[in-house]
Amino acid sequence: MLAKRIIPCLDVRHGEVIKGVQFRNHEVIGAIEPLAEQYAQAGADELVFYDITASADARVVDKSWVERIARVIDIPFTVAGGISSIAQAQEILAMGADKISINSPALRNPELINTLVEEFGQQCIVIGIDSFYNSETNTYDVYQFTGDESRTQKTTWQTRDWLREVVARGAGEIVLNCMNQDGVRKGYDIEQLSALRNDCPVPLIASGGAGSIAHFQQVFTQANVDGALAASVFHKGIIAIPTLKQSLIDAGIAVRPAT
Amino acid sequence: MSLVIVDTACANLSSVRFAFERLGVKPEVTANAERIRSADKVILPGVGTAQAAMRNLQQLELVNVLKQLEQPVLGICLGMQLLTNWSAEGNVDCLGVIPARTLRMQAQDLPLPHMGWNTVKASQNNPLLASISPEQAWFYFVHSYAVAPDDATIATCNYGQTFAAMIRHNNYFGAQFHPERSGAAGAQLLKNFLELTDVNTRA
Repeated sequence: MLAKRIIPCLDVRHGEVIKGVQFRNHEVIGAIEPLAEQYAQAGADELVFYDITASADARVVDKSWVERIARVIDIPFTVAGGISSIAQAQEILAMGADKISINSPALRNPELINTLVEEFGQQCIVIGIDSFYNSETNTYDVYQFTGDESRTQKTTWQTRDWLREVVARGAGEIVLNCMNQDGVRKGYDIEQLSALRNDCPVPLIASGGAGSIAHFQQVFTQANVDGALAASVFHKGIIAIPTLKQSLIDAGIAVRPAT
Repeated sequence: MSLVIVDTACANLSSVRFAFERLGVKPEVTANAERIRSADKVILPGVGTAQAAMRNLQQLELVNVLKQLEQPVLGICLGMQLLTNWSAEGNVDCLGVIPARTLRMQAQDLPLPHMGWNTVKASQNNPLLASISPEQAWFYFVHSYAVAPDDATIATCNYGQTFAAMIRHNNYFGAQFHPERSGAAGAQLLKNFLELTDVNTRA
């Protein structure tokens, strides 16, 4: 049976792993490779590396670490950050990344999704969506340039429409980052995720809000997502992956056991 | 022991190479026909579409070379599908060294691509899954097309339907999943492939 995926996310800036609270006040967690290897050995199913400054700085990720990661870990990983051309995508995939994740550049140029899918296949093109719930208008709005607070801006897209658009253009997987929840560890946005699940015929990954083992259990059983992404609970040692996986298995959720 | 990874110019070449390097083997990545023919073992990697990959192999003039190999050959993911007779992805004739067909997955209402870790069930004549217990047999899959189970199937997987996770005919083997990205179980599979002898591969 296909396992629900546990996906630690490592936000990378200047070659170091960092973590911000609601995308702000970034603090340094540590060097990339030892963390990556540690997570792979602990039983992570997949890793995501976001160069969070890349899109905002209008430059591609500093790529030398991609190949170093590919050498040491034996689980799949995704690289995100400022990839806006075939050449950039080709380079990162050639260095050993399994998937690339596109966010702001796809909003700027949606046709980029089609181009990348045609060139590299649907299976390695992930679309990241930063979604913010506006309680005044009762809408979910898509934001871009979220790596840099001073440049973060609302787009004209509502989340459901953008999700349908990127799926129609061939996206192979969606990471939905619920910005209101990000970094505050109060639980995933079950309401939004389950509402969008039916609009998402490709794998859907929940992001933002994980604070306890119960939150993972909820997001798998109530929102039926394919994977759950989290950062601070893992980086700060609040949740150990082997314990998390055993708890999910005990709750009857299909999970690859940590060895 | 010489190991060649066929340079299909596709994206997962590096991760396959690194996986073997972690096992202490230095593979040669090449599209040179003579180097491929003379290798002890050959890996055919692949991601992307069957149509594009077959076009690449034709341009590299490797179609007949790959069809006539006698040493153990392992096709990975799309590389496995290229070993079959035909793929529905682009309605394209493939290498035809394993009598099987590649079809679009019918996963009912489950998301596609089939992406993530899934368990595989080995049949008895599968030397590549030796020393991997059924409980350990989790592998990483990413695909939307799959080979229908038939006589060439040596392991199955289930995702809305049962499909061939691994296939074999004589010296040709295929794995739909990515052993290079499948943790300890994947590493064991690659090690088993390296340790195959002629006795294992002749039908």
